[in-house]
Amino acid sequence: MTVDVRAGLEKLAVRLGGEGARVTEAQRLSGGASMETYAYSFEGPRGAERLIVRRRNAPFDPENGRAVSLQTEAALITATEANGARVPHVRHVCDNRDGLGEAYVMVRVDGETLGRKITSDPRFDAVRPGLARQCGEVLYGIHRTPVPAGLNLKVVDGAFELDRYEEIYRATGAKRPILELAFQYLRRHTPRPVEPVLLHGDFRNGNIMFDPEQGVAAVLDWELAHVGDPAEDMGWICTNSWRFGRPDRPVGGFGEYADLLAGYAAAGGGAIDLPRVRFWQMLGSLRWGVMCLTMYLSWRDGANKSVERPMIGRRVSETEADLVVLLDEGL
Amino acid sequence: MITHPKTEELAESVRLWIDEIRPTLDPRNAFLARVAANAMATIYRELTQGPAAEASAVAGMARVLGHDGSFEDLNAELCERIRSGELTRETPGLMAALTTMARDQIAIDQPGYRPEGTPAPAA
Repeated sequence: MTVDVRAGLEKLAVRLGGEGARVTEAQRLSGGASMETYAYSFEGPRGAERLIVRRRNAPFDPENGRAVSLQTEAALITATEANGARVPHVRHVCDNRDGLGEAYVMVRVDGETLGRKITSDPRFDAVRPGLARQCGEVLYGIHRTPVPAGLNLKVVDGAFELDRYEEIYRATGAKRPILELAFQYLRRHTPRPVEPVLLHGDFRNGNIMFDPEQGVAAVLDWELAHVGDPAEDMGWICTNSWRFGRPDRPVGGFGEYADLLAGYAAAGGGAIDLPRVRFWQMLGSLRWGVMCLTMYLSWRDGANKSVERPMIGRRVSETEADLVVLLDEGL
Repeated sequence: MITHPKTEELAESVRLWIDEIRPTLDPRNAFLARVAANAMATIYRELTQGPAAEASAVAGMARVLGHDGSFEDLNAELCERIRSGELTRETPGLMAALTTMARDQIAIDQPGYRPEGTPAPAA
């Protein structure tokens, strides 16, 4: 079924803005193969609204991959907002009446998401020293949120993730000694599981909207949300592939471990040991390395013939360059 | 091998041409053209630096494993003996060999990448 997005957005403007509302902006921003994002504005009798629409243009398959449905995403954003996390406000979750398929609408948050700008643009010099602490605070707002009733999220711990990614790695047929040693080392240093909490699942520089005056403005990109170890979200934002050229600042290329942990504790979160965060950080590099291999394979096997894919395959060596240092230092 | 031009010079000439036409492309193709130019630059570096990197990897792996062999054979054996738990980060020479291999490979794939442990850039 093809969906007339333009017509759907016109209709939606009337539903949200009242009779006579008209679309003033509907620009496709980006998105992956199956996800569309629109900058969407309308003017109506009750005034103007500046929004973002996210919609999936292919059927959602819960068995395929790690993503949650857009309805689940919207429900989680709303629940974490009620617990004080800085997230975009969900304005509307689309239903059959809207004719847009699986989609939701949120209030637009202004700011910057490009990782390299956050780490290096002088516009962020003033707020940068406080960002790691703010990230700790906002993470606790997410982690303290009970999973809304009726949502069935995947539950993950360190051993489970190692099994899953080792299985994917073995299936690729690649032979990479550094990845082998990382699997071996992490298996021997897997932290004891803790009481699992709601996780963002993709909490990294690049998925957070930052404001040059306020710092963290909103946590975006919730499609990998799941339940697990709170240190997982901390380790991922410390993974060097998301430090955008500033490996000397372990948190996102902008801050220090101690500030992230202090912000988390000050917001009310339990103490988290640095070695536990470093376990997840190292697993983050390993996981990204395996993901790069699978992106190359999608090219080799003909699923995606874009030149991007084999070049992402060459990013495995960036994770190896990080992993040898982490293996040498230990957790 | 033919030297007029050398293979790496062919790769370099294609990269230069891609960079020349990039400004005329729409945003999506301009992005893909940049990726393609990077691919040509990687080919250039692999052709010029790859043989020395491979020789050094073979020497490092042979020291750890205690015998000579081809890159493919040594690499496969190294992986297997790490997987079995026989070789660990405490094994003499293993971390040194892996560190050299990682450094040489990132120099080919992404020379601008700043790995874990790199100090802050000079102000």
